[in-house]
Amino acid sequence: MAALRASRGWGSALVMTLYLSFLLVPIYWLVNMSLKTNAEITGTFSLWPLNPTLDNYRTILTDPSWYMGYVNSLIYVVMNTALSLAVALPAAYAFSRYRFLGDKHLFFWLLTNRMAPPAVFALPFFQLYSAIGLFDTHIAVALAHCLFNVPLAVWILEGFMSGVPREIDETAYVDGYSFPRFFVRIFMPLIASGIGVAAFFCFMFSWVELLLSRTLTSVNAKPIAATMTRTVSASGLDWGVLAAAGVLTILPGALVIWFVRNYIAKGFALGRV
Amino acid sequence: MTLELRRVTKEVAGQAWVHPTDLAMGPGSMNVLLGPTLSGKTTLMRLMAGLDHPTAGQILWQGKDVTGQRVQDRGVAMVYQQFINYPSMSVYDNIASPLRLQRVPRAEIDRRVRETAAMMRLTPFLDRRPLELSGGQQQRTALARALAKGAGLVLLDEPLANLDYKLREELRAEIPRIFEASGAIFVYATTEPEEALLLGGNTATLWEGRVTQFGPTPQVYRAPQDAVTARVFSDPPMNFKRIEVKRGEAALDEARWRVDVTDGQYTAGFRAPHLTLEQSPRAVPLVAQLDAIEITGAETFLHLLHGEDRWVGLVPGVRKLPPGAPLTLWLDPAHVYLFDDGGRLARAAPSAAAA
Repeated sequence: MAALRASRGWGSALVMTLYLSFLLVPIYWLVNMSLKTNAEITGTFSLWPLNPTLDNYRTILTDPSWYMGYVNSLIYVVMNTALSLAVALPAAYAFSRYRFLGDKHLFFWLLTNRMAPPAVFALPFFQLYSAIGLFDTHIAVALAHCLFNVPLAVWILEGFMSGVPREIDETAYVDGYSFPRFFVRIFMPLIASGIGVAAFFCFMFSWVELLLSRTLTSVNAKPIAATMTRTVSASGLDWGVLAAAGVLTILPGALVIWFVRNYIAKGFALGRV
Repeated sequence: MTLELRRVTKEVAGQAWVHPTDLAMGPGSMNVLLGPTLSGKTTLMRLMAGLDHPTAGQILWQGKDVTGQRVQDRGVAMVYQQFINYPSMSVYDNIASPLRLQRVPRAEIDRRVRETAAMMRLTPFLDRRPLELSGGQQQRTALARALAKGAGLVLLDEPLANLDYKLREELRAEIPRIFEASGAIFVYATTEPEEALLLGGNTATLWEGRVTQFGPTPQVYRAPQDAVTARVFSDPPMNFKRIEVKRGEAALDEARWRVDVTDGQYTAGFRAPHLTLEQSPRAVPLVAQLDAIEITGAETFLHLLHGEDRWVGLVPGVRKLPPGAPLTLWLDPAHVYLFDDGGRLARAAPSAAAA
């Protein structure tokens, strides 16, 4: 019996190890490449860097055309997350607390925005933003991403808000809380994990979205993903620097996931996501 | 401090939830709204609080019209059936929050919070979050918040319904004591006649959105104005039977007794405990068929069929009786109410009038 249990333990450990290494291989290979020289990457096959070097990272962190990509990306991602939440919080509250003409249709229509691929909107956004002088600004990308993130945030937050009994709102009004004060002091702490989950999804979408951000920018607000895809020098691809850029691009997402991991678990359990 | 409702009406989607209602509640009074679920208790209470606005009619507080006023400005306090607190705040902050919004000085807040907490036996839990407390303690926190506020009107919407039996008894005993101390107008909604009787004060009986009677609780209980009120204010429900009065004598089956009403058709009503299995001097015999029995420890409920009417009897002790068998029961006519064809009370039970 004990032997059986032990062998089963080994079995699941083995499966888990295989699965995790399968998932981690591309990431490992990226890190591996980022620590090699171009000569080593193209010339030999090695499972680990033979002459580890941080030159690739040094290039990125000292060259403005590289590191400004991160700065630009972060600026519009943070703008977008803040905007999306600022818009979605009141909207989700309305959807969760009030019945109004066409509320269900409106909610569905919001969600359908998520179903269209970003490419559909690239052209109209490009033309519109060029016409009104928003082209190549951070706010342009942030606003464009709102089209996808606001519906998602509304959907997530609505689920969380509907989990809070309406009587809490009413008790607060009876106690003398004005609406804004109630919302910030009492309601938002109650749905903090929902806000965390919504912020996470907005951040991640905006961070990885390439098509719109590349179409709507040229120089001043060029995101890191665009910088990476455009880096082809006369001597061919700079493999090492690209790999280092890739590693640095994964980092913010990994950090955000680390901070909100508890909320996410809760979010999947409690909210409707 | 007075609260007055004048022809207050609430319609939702063309349906009347509360029919035109007049109510006047005096300073420092305990008022019970008694009625089954969906009778309009909560709707009426929400109108009093200002959470909903009446379709027609006026609400006057201290003689001033407050019908359209924001709920924040009404200065009322409310406790729900569900245990509603602010989960992200400590018990202390929960109780203090309405006072902070009123900009009461800090020392005064502290004094009132500690005083109310002591009264509700919450002192050891002041630093905890509401969700770390038991149901009874959570509801006491909600009550403490409502009381500490010092509101002139305290609305309690079935505050004990979600508590277990023992806690309910405990809090029910406390509420009149707290009420005495506060001097506010209390409005207490409940579905249980027994609770209304224990709380005392005034009772308004509600049925399908209408206040059928409003007056001192014992009076409403003993002399219900109509059959509906009697039904609402009886648990188990009052037993009814169509009877005929001829030459000043009422006839029910073979039983005859003298009544001082004009001859005609009446509905006789009597409460469950007045049906007995033992003969008493003035009682008249009735034969009914036993449908089922329920034993609740020290008492036995008899579910009876009498012609087309369903009756309930409540007799002391544990009785094992075979269902389906005819059973002779005894009823003292002194406990029988007579209602006329319109359901109005024609003759109160003599025993109730004497009490």
